[in-house]
Amino acid sequence: MRVVVIGGGPAGLAAAGAAAAAGADTVLVDSEPVLGGQFHRGHPQRVDARVRHLANSTVWAVEGMRLHVRTGQADSPSRTGEVLNADAVVLATGAHDRVVPFPGWDLPGVYTAGAAQALAKGQGIAIGQRVVVSGTGPFLLPVAQSLKAVGAEVLRICDANTGLGWLGHPRAASPAKLAELLGYAVRLRSAWRPRTAVVAAHGEDKVNAVTVAKLNPDWTIRSQERIAVDAVCVGHGFTPRLELAVTAGCTLVDGFVAVEHTGATSVPGWYAAGEVTGIGGADLAAAEGEVAGTAAARGSHPSRALAKVRSGRRFAAALAAAHPIRAGWHTWLTDDTLVCRCEEVTYKDLRAAVDLDAAGTRTFKLTSRVGLGLCQGRTCGRAAIDIATALASDRRTFFTPADLQRRPIATPLRLAELASLPEEDL
Amino acid sequence: MDVVVVGAGVIGAACADALSSAGLRVTVLDRGPLASGTSAAGEGNILVSDKEPGPELDLALSSLSRWPTLVGDTDIEWDPKGGLVVATGDPAPLAHFAAVQREAGIDARWITPAEALEREPHLTTRVTAAVHYPQDAQVQPVLATQALLSNVRRRGGVLRPGVTVVGLDARGVHTSEGIIACDHVVNACGPWSGEVSRTLGAPIAIAPRRGMVLVTAPLPPTVRHKVYDADYVGAVASGDADLQTSTVVESTAAGTILIGSSRERVGFDESIRVRVLRELARKAVALFPTLADVPVMRAYGGFRPYAPDHLPVIGPDPRVPGLWHATGHEGAGIGLAAATGALLAELLTGVTPHLDPTPFRVDRPGVLECA
Repeated sequence: MRVVVIGGGPAGLAAAGAAAAAGADTVLVDSEPVLGGQFHRGHPQRVDARVRHLANSTVWAVEGMRLHVRTGQADSPSRTGEVLNADAVVLATGAHDRVVPFPGWDLPGVYTAGAAQALAKGQGIAIGQRVVVSGTGPFLLPVAQSLKAVGAEVLRICDANTGLGWLGHPRAASPAKLAELLGYAVRLRSAWRPRTAVVAAHGEDKVNAVTVAKLNPDWTIRSQERIAVDAVCVGHGFTPRLELAVTAGCTLVDGFVAVEHTGATSVPGWYAAGEVTGIGGADLAAAEGEVAGTAAARGSHPSRALAKVRSGRRFAAALAAAHPIRAGWHTWLTDDTLVCRCEEVTYKDLRAAVDLDAAGTRTFKLTSRVGLGLCQGRTCGRAAIDIATALASDRRTFFTPADLQRRPIATPLRLAELASLPEEDL
Repeated sequence: MDVVVVGAGVIGAACADALSSAGLRVTVLDRGPLASGTSAAGEGNILVSDKEPGPELDLALSSLSRWPTLVGDTDIEWDPKGGLVVATGDPAPLAHFAAVQREAGIDARWITPAEALEREPHLTTRVTAAVHYPQDAQVQPVLATQALLSNVRRRGGVLRPGVTVVGLDARGVHTSEGIIACDHVVNACGPWSGEVSRTLGAPIAIAPRRGMVLVTAPLPPTVRHKVYDADYVGAVASGDADLQTSTVVESTAAGTILIGSSRERVGFDESIRVRVLRELARKAVALFPTLADVPVMRAYGGFRPYAPDHLPVIGPDPRVPGLWHATGHEGAGIGLAAATGALLAELLTGVTPHLDPTPFRVDRPGVLECA
């Protein structure tokens, strides 16, 4: 019985460990050189010695239970390939930063919360000396804390929601989680500003100031002020990495992979764990990984992990409810605000596509060119579709989360690599 | 007179454009969004180079002359880039094909391998023969379809995406949103025309044939023409269900390079096949060795409407009065759309058709199926 786990963050590590412990021949495929994912960046993790770890490796195509893997640095001409035939797959591909666009968000000096955190924790580098942190969600707090720890002055932490709304659901959180978040809140309270946001970044070659606005509950602007900065850090939660789930045919619900309590997806043999099933943090991801890895290897249900999953999901639901993305951010945009940076598609271009009735994902992309560049819509896709849906509110639209994540070639590979695939791998 | 066109791809859009231009009241239905099926999954070919003399070439030449004026000033990325067909083996079949085409009025210029390399500096030096087709052109197919639909809207026509057809009787077309009264219905559902024809009570034998295209990262200008291998000609005309690939390499306005094309009869199966991707990559690198290190950014697949005798189906259905079909163009629909719309409108309004419609009639062997 072979279990292939894709992703080496908290969920994938736990899944691989559990599958190996249950006796399965286990392979862990991870795109990074060391294990740990975004969460443990800078603190490499280890996995059960029985697990075969494929570092610097990506699953670039899926055919049923056959996974096509490339190993090596992305630009290297010497990458190698192999095919893994799996009896079960655990998808633990995680999530990346979600950022809503605003005028000037493409200026140098504007970082995603995840990138700022990675630089601070991984390399001890501060993105700037005078920094404003903006977005929504509890992740802003540890990021601000990390920035302070590496010497940045954090002028403001702007949460567009009232923040800490999850305190209204105290039973949803574990005491440890609450204590951690309260600790941040106490240490960072002087900079903390609920219901505010960076709505524009200014500068020529680099950001030198931001406009911080007080917001209405729907995120439209009430009043604004200008603050001099040399860096900005923005994060609006996370977007799950779903391309492999979509290629495999897994059903999505509300933009995440739908799973049973065992982590089983709608496709037989395919399991999912961690942020691809819902944003809930590292502890929940690890518990889900243990459950899914065990189920994939047909081990006996780990009851403690199952209980952790149940309580963790309650907390995750409370967090999500306390940190919605409100459509008022569309009013921050100007005609020439870039939404898709790869193809330089502006807000105005998106409106022109909607005026042509481009109301399905594919047609919308081909009309406006949004999401057709190198990132293939990973950065801008969700914002672009949100904008289109709002602009087309007077007519029928056909946008689905799956269409946005449909990338049958999940990671780029050179034509020569494709051309030289050996016959036995097909 | 009221006409309902079912299918908002390029063929439906061209029919609706021509019908509304002739003064008819037109409603266009699509079960999904506009311009989102086959028309959003191809390269936008407007080709004469791949066609042998016969009715399809006549339709292509007529279409070629109509496209540039059909959409006024709207930018549809019209690019008369010309085609370059190259042979890397025995040049005789290509020479024969081009000679026959020349007799039929195609501008097919026999050029030397050195001239071919001058036109396409990155082409393999293994070229043994080449033919330049200055008439070949390209459009961005989604923009082209939208431009035609905009014409229809401007003339008062109605576009209704998200409406599914469920039947047809004397009262009109039955849809997911009620009955739409009309005098005529046009089935322009591309690869789904077979399915829709059964719903309408007049089955025709149109089946999906799948094609895949690879898209590279954007590059500085590398490929100038639509360049293809002479073996393309054989694959287009084949009805084989098995995988067939033949290289077509061209760049787009955005700088990406499109690499086609494969043909497979696999029903409506959307799943990727690595074997197909490998064949496309192999042949592209053989034709343009410099592309070897270029990253492939994405792949997309689409279904093309396949008729058993490889000819479009354009005309009235002999079994159901008021029902018309405009489908079966396989991978040539963008190119053939302009003349298809014109021909259908001429037949429907009783005007003398601008070319002989007989070869495209619905009532021909293999196309009509038993109800």
